[in-house]
Amino acid sequence: MKLKIETLSRIDEVITHYPVKRSAVLPLLHLIQEDVGWISPEATEWVAAKLDLQPINVLEVVTFYPMFRQKPIGRRHIKVCRTLSCALLGGYTTCEAFEKEFHTHRGEVSPDGEVTVEFVECLASCGTAPVVMIDDELHEKVDVAKARQLSDQIKREAAQRK
Amino acid sequence: MPAPQQRRIIFKHIDEPGYTNDLACYVRHGGYEMLKKAVAMPPAAIIDEVKKSGLRGRGGAGFPCGVKWGLVDRKSGKPIYLVVNADESEPGTFKDRYIIHQDPHQLIEGIMISSWANNVKQAYIYIRGEFPHGARILERAIAEARAANLVGPNILGTSYSCEIYVHRGAGAYICGEETGLIESLEGKRPYPRIKPPYFPAVLGLYQCPTIVNNVETLCHVKHILDMGGDAFAKIGTPNNTGTRILCVSGHVQKPGYYEYEVGKITLGELLNEVCGGPLPGRKFKAVIPGGSSAKILRFGETFTLKNKDGSSRTLTVEEIPMDFDTLAACGTMGGSGGVIVMDDSVNMVEALANINAFYAHESCGQCTPCREGSLWMKKITTRMVHDHARAEDGALLKSVADQIAGRTICAFGEACSWPTQSFIAKFGDEFKAYPQTKQQARETALPLV
Repeated sequence: MKLKIETLSRIDEVITHYPVKRSAVLPLLHLIQEDVGWISPEATEWVAAKLDLQPINVLEVVTFYPMFRQKPIGRRHIKVCRTLSCALLGGYTTCEAFEKEFHTHRGEVSPDGEVTVEFVECLASCGTAPVVMIDDELHEKVDVAKARQLSDQIKREAAQRK
Repeated sequence: MPAPQQRRIIFKHIDEPGYTNDLACYVRHGGYEMLKKAVAMPPAAIIDEVKKSGLRGRGGAGFPCGVKWGLVDRKSGKPIYLVVNADESEPGTFKDRYIIHQDPHQLIEGIMISSWANNVKQAYIYIRGEFPHGARILERAIAEARAANLVGPNILGTSYSCEIYVHRGAGAYICGEETGLIESLEGKRPYPRIKPPYFPAVLGLYQCPTIVNNVETLCHVKHILDMGGDAFAKIGTPNNTGTRILCVSGHVQKPGYYEYEVGKITLGELLNEVCGGPLPGRKFKAVIPGGSSAKILRFGETFTLKNKDGSSRTLTVEEIPMDFDTLAACGTMGGSGGVIVMDDSVNMVEALANINAFYAHESCGQCTPCREGSLWMKKITTRMVHDHARAEDGALLKSVADQIAGRTICAFGEACSWPTQSFIAKFGDEFKAYPQTKQQARETALPLV
């Protein structure tokens, strides 16, 4: 597994935060996922070796927490809040708008590899429902029109990269 | 009569033009003066002030903070840890987000005062994974405070040292449960621990005495030290002291966060006057007053409560004061302060189906009644909406819910069964009629599940 030098140094630093190395499992998984995009079986074993654990101790964490991914996703990650306050104001229609824009279904990578659209549970911004996170950015009051705008922006950015 | 004025203590600077989240701005506004005052006081004196203040935890359970601190095992010889619960994940709750993003030093000062008071040398902020910016803001704020000798070794020239680290969760609701959070911080699946023996105050993080407090609770500590415990106890109502942040979402004109003295505003004033009432042409139908696990209230129902002198009083939903004790007496809870409002466009079967999908997704799976029960409640309500519905489904749902609460390691069992129990108790007719109503074309177009 190839990690950036910066990731490796952050990994070594974060382990010093805890009196027990095992506590660094979540931080290490976050750092690796930010670097390479997902948690491969190789990454799981690498973390276990790094923290003197058995691979199962890491795998059980990867499989439990919704944010850790065991396969690659699209270049951009669109997370639409599914929970009650957002749904009351149209969260489901917002999600459908993104699916349509990118010809994809929830949980799948779009055919062009550009996005993965997903439902997630409460993002703790219920007063500005419906909310959507695109990668690390929170977007508020995302109705169908705003979902289309955000989709257009993603498409523009994708076109610029080509 | 106009609604009472907000009293912003915790949210004093939230959304204030020109107020930034850096150390210089915080110090310009009097920041860290209370930490300086604290380190000149004996720790026990601070704990006394917090006890006198009557401060109750703002995370959900409303447990008195001073009592929690009093339970800490100080004779074990083991280090004492402070863990900040910034996992804000109860649906309907969105207050800590603003403290973390806009006023992180208020939290850090609260952490350092509380750490000094409890002889804590290591504090962790457990922040939910979905707040990546919040985590970076906190890390930068801690670094600033460390550089200014406010966090870290020998703070403010004393011999006292305390370090704070930020620890990110990864999307699991159960990490808001304090023992689940501790397991997660230890690098494991967040399976809640059984109490007894695993009371965090005695056997918490790394089997050491541990205090777990909510973000808002720790911020209050700073203000308690500022005004004194007795003065703080005069804010709000007896046994429900201080201010608290109420987060309103759903079907109101002006959703948002509002800080009030506890119990000084009624649910009706909050929703009709502060939040501008229902959406045009709509009427309020139901409200969940304290995060999605709190039992639902139906507009039109009344509650007959006993007064201290033996007499009784009857309250409508609109007349309920937003405090811990009255909401509990009305059969629900103040919980985390998340108020979710539904108007007459909502079908309650569909709203419950949404909630049940959440709890089925979030059950940790450790206890059979919760793992299986939450899943079946989801399956039944989803079937009712998307496939066929039967008049007897309400009774079936209730029987599943009734077999979960009280039979699980942690309070998730209650959290996942209370919505079903209360929806069926208060909107049972709607569940019975659902096989017919779902055939009719309804003007509500918004799917909830």
